[in-house]
Amino acid sequence: MNALARLGEMHSRRGWLIVAVLTGLVGVAVPAVAPPYLVPLLGKFLCFGTAALAMDLLWGYAGILSLGHGLFFALGGYGMGMYLMRSIAGQGVYRSELPDFMVFLDWKALPWYWHGFQHFGVAVFMLLFVPGLLALVFGWLTFRSRIKGVYLSIVTQALTYAAMLLFFQNATGFGGNNGLTDFKRLLGWPLQAASTKLALYLVSAGALVGTYLLCRFIVTSKLGRVLTALRDAELKTRFCGYESTNYKLFVWTLSAMLCALAGALYVPQVGIINPSEMQPSNSIEMAIWVAVGGRGTLSGAIIGAWLVNGGKSWLTAAFPSAWLYALGGLFVLVTLFFPKGLVGAGAPFAAWFARRRRKEDAGT
Amino acid sequence: MRKATGVGGRSMAGRAALSGASALLLLLSASSAHAGLLEDAVQGLAATSEDRVEESIRRLGALDDARAWPALDALCDDRLRVGADGKAYIWDGKTHDARDPLTLAVVAAAPRPLKEVEVSNEIRRVALPVLAQLRLGSASAAERLAAAEELSKSGDAQAGGLLHRALDREHDKKVRDALTLAVARVDLQSPSADARVAALQLIKRLGNDEFLSDLQRMTAKSADGTYGEPDARVRQAATAAIEAILAQQRFVSLAGSLLHGLSLASVLLFAALGLAVTFGLLGVINMAHGEMLMLGSYATYATQTFFKAHMPGAFRFYLLAAIPVAFLVTMLIGMLLERTIIRFLYGRPLETLLATWGISLGLIQTVRLVFGAQNVAVENPDWLAGGIELTHGLVLPWSRIGVIGFVIVVAGGVWFLLQKTRLGLYVRAVTQNRSMAACMGISTKRIDMWMFGLGSGIAGLGGVALSQLSNVGPELGQSYIIDSFMVVVLGGVGRLAGAVAAALGLGIINKLLEPLAGAVLGKIAVLVFIILFIQRRPQGLFAIKGRVEA
Repeated sequence: MNALARLGEMHSRRGWLIVAVLTGLVGVAVPAVAPPYLVPLLGKFLCFGTAALAMDLLWGYAGILSLGHGLFFALGGYGMGMYLMRSIAGQGVYRSELPDFMVFLDWKALPWYWHGFQHFGVAVFMLLFVPGLLALVFGWLTFRSRIKGVYLSIVTQALTYAAMLLFFQNATGFGGNNGLTDFKRLLGWPLQAASTKLALYLVSAGALVGTYLLCRFIVTSKLGRVLTALRDAELKTRFCGYESTNYKLFVWTLSAMLCALAGALYVPQVGIINPSEMQPSNSIEMAIWVAVGGRGTLSGAIIGAWLVNGGKSWLTAAFPSAWLYALGGLFVLVTLFFPKGLVGAGAPFAAWFARRRRKEDAGT
Repeated sequence: MRKATGVGGRSMAGRAALSGASALLLLLSASSAHAGLLEDAVQGLAATSEDRVEESIRRLGALDDARAWPALDALCDDRLRVGADGKAYIWDGKTHDARDPLTLAVVAAAPRPLKEVEVSNEIRRVALPVLAQLRLGSASAAERLAAAEELSKSGDAQAGGLLHRALDREHDKKVRDALTLAVARVDLQSPSADARVAALQLIKRLGNDEFLSDLQRMTAKSADGTYGEPDARVRQAATAAIEAILAQQRFVSLAGSLLHGLSLASVLLFAALGLAVTFGLLGVINMAHGEMLMLGSYATYATQTFFKAHMPGAFRFYLLAAIPVAFLVTMLIGMLLERTIIRFLYGRPLETLLATWGISLGLIQTVRLVFGAQNVAVENPDWLAGGIELTHGLVLPWSRIGVIGFVIVVAGGVWFLLQKTRLGLYVRAVTQNRSMAACMGISTKRIDMWMFGLGSGIAGLGGVALSQLSNVGPELGQSYIIDSFMVVVLGGVGRLAGAVAAALGLGIINKLLEPLAGAVLGKIAVLVFIILFIQRRPQGLFAIKGRVEA
């Protein structure tokens, strides 16, 4: 009974219906009708949606704009990439126990941090644990000294920039420039097979829905309301006795781990992970997904991620030189004219509809 | 070995005697007798008998008169001709003139046909050392320098004596240095241990790293337990010389890092000055600020192209014209952005950050379409090319010195503007308390616009400076933006002194860490340092109460 009531807090009955219909659409109808070549692309979009949710939870509800989430996304991806490399040990181009790029660099032994990644369970644990730990330490240092707003954004951007430089180096042990690629099998299933691609798509869809429900659960909880309070009036909330550092640290670390999960699902579907995923511009693009869809709405984040990436896929192919203008213009237009994003811009219409319905109900 | 020494010694003694004789001759009759002998010897170069040619060359060597150099050079170069009258002429391949071998005057009535003087390898072998010797006596320091370098490269045992003698009578410092080097190089190969030790002491004093591999070979122990150098005393001297060279190398690389750090700091300061002012005043982060650097560089490039096409005569001064052009262009763009976009976002710093990032994407793409995606080259004008050579291997390029001087002038100008003018007073007032300043009748909107323009203009000036240090490409600004934000974060908002100190610190630390830890680890170390530093002083080095903290 209590649990049911909690579900009612998360969504109205109609809301749950919409969630269920959309889940069915994404999980059953789309894979049934989509041509096989589109499946990995759509699966990629699902991962972007998950990352956008992580971003929205942080920015939309806690007011923390991270410009370094690309780092956590990429770290998750690297964790998965390491598993994919290690699980096919001995079957690379050089038939060596080591990943190909290490043979190429003439390394004799596996670096210590690569051990254990041949086990899927260990890899999954690590790909969530490492980004989480990094976020925890970094967040503790920054939130503790009350760094916030643009300062925090800049420092997170510097963090991902520094990490990108680090990963670009061959000596770091993650394949340098080229990153990790040439994956073959995931848990024994060949990645090229249509059935594996479909399975990955379905897992990504599951992760997206799960992440959505988790975020929804958090933002409708008391914790979520404290976060919103911190976003709108941090000083007042602190004076009410809420330790802002702990709340922020929690949501920051959780968001980083969700982002890492998205990255981990993203990598087997695109077949490569390299340091360019950590470019500051990638992280900033994540912010624009959320801004386009509407901050603090969760559903808006997903819509924004899909719209921006759909536009990118189409424009970079059709008008390559126009893409940067479109993206830049999007940044400016959204911040100037649609500060609440598409969902926010749609809200007055929704309200108008609701009013009309009520009127009709009253009329009958 | 003994035989070679004997021959060398005899010829050396012979030459010494001859040159002694020639010196005596010079003393006795500086004019007619000597001139006659010289004329005779030069004409002898064109003789038909090979023996006479060789003998003439030797006589020229004995006379040691630099005036004979052109003729001898022409001989070795196959430019010496014999006229129908049996006299020697130098053939000028460019003007097709015959010239007198001593005065080099054009002889219009040279009796043709002019026949080429055949030069055998034997003659060349005799002629080359004499040629170098005569060149060492040339009146022009540049010629002597070239001769010293050529001689030392030949590694000829005979060259040693020549060089020693030339060194003794040389006065020009530059040529002396080159000669010392040449002497050391030749003596290092000398069979006498004493000469080698003397050479090593010279090398130790010079600290010249070109000897390093030679010296290391001398001190290295080979597989059978013998050393490259048999004499222990010489080995000891070599070890000392190696240490001196390494110390010199460390010094040069340290000084080089410092200089690079200083010029990096200058560029960062250009970017950070504008950022610090606008951030302190408006509380917004301008992500397109790096693109102002880039636009300033492209404005410099455009000015250069314009000067090349329309005023090639005044090309030297294009850079002076580029300074106001870049400043005005970037300032106008900055003011335009402030009026059309950024002013609507005041009070929403995170949105401003995203919007200005969008602007920067648009600017980059525009520059790519107009100027192309490739890097363009901006030339240093001649007065910024080259540099001052402090010691061997350490050159202070004029371009870097110019950039450092320029940033000092600009930072001084900004300080003056902010501290000593009415506009500066207004700016400081608005920074500290916007609404109170507005109540006192300051037009805060106009101040916002002008300061945004000024900040962009300063970055544009930074672009002029940057164009003199590196290539100019559309992504130029992106590589500096993160570093310049770090400067602002570290220095504290709206504080000139903080920006200066932080830019200097970051620039120099960056470049000092580079050789120690590599460029990447250096960058990471700086970032970690900043994060830890903010723990202690969240408001930066020089905190001031302003709108951001409010």
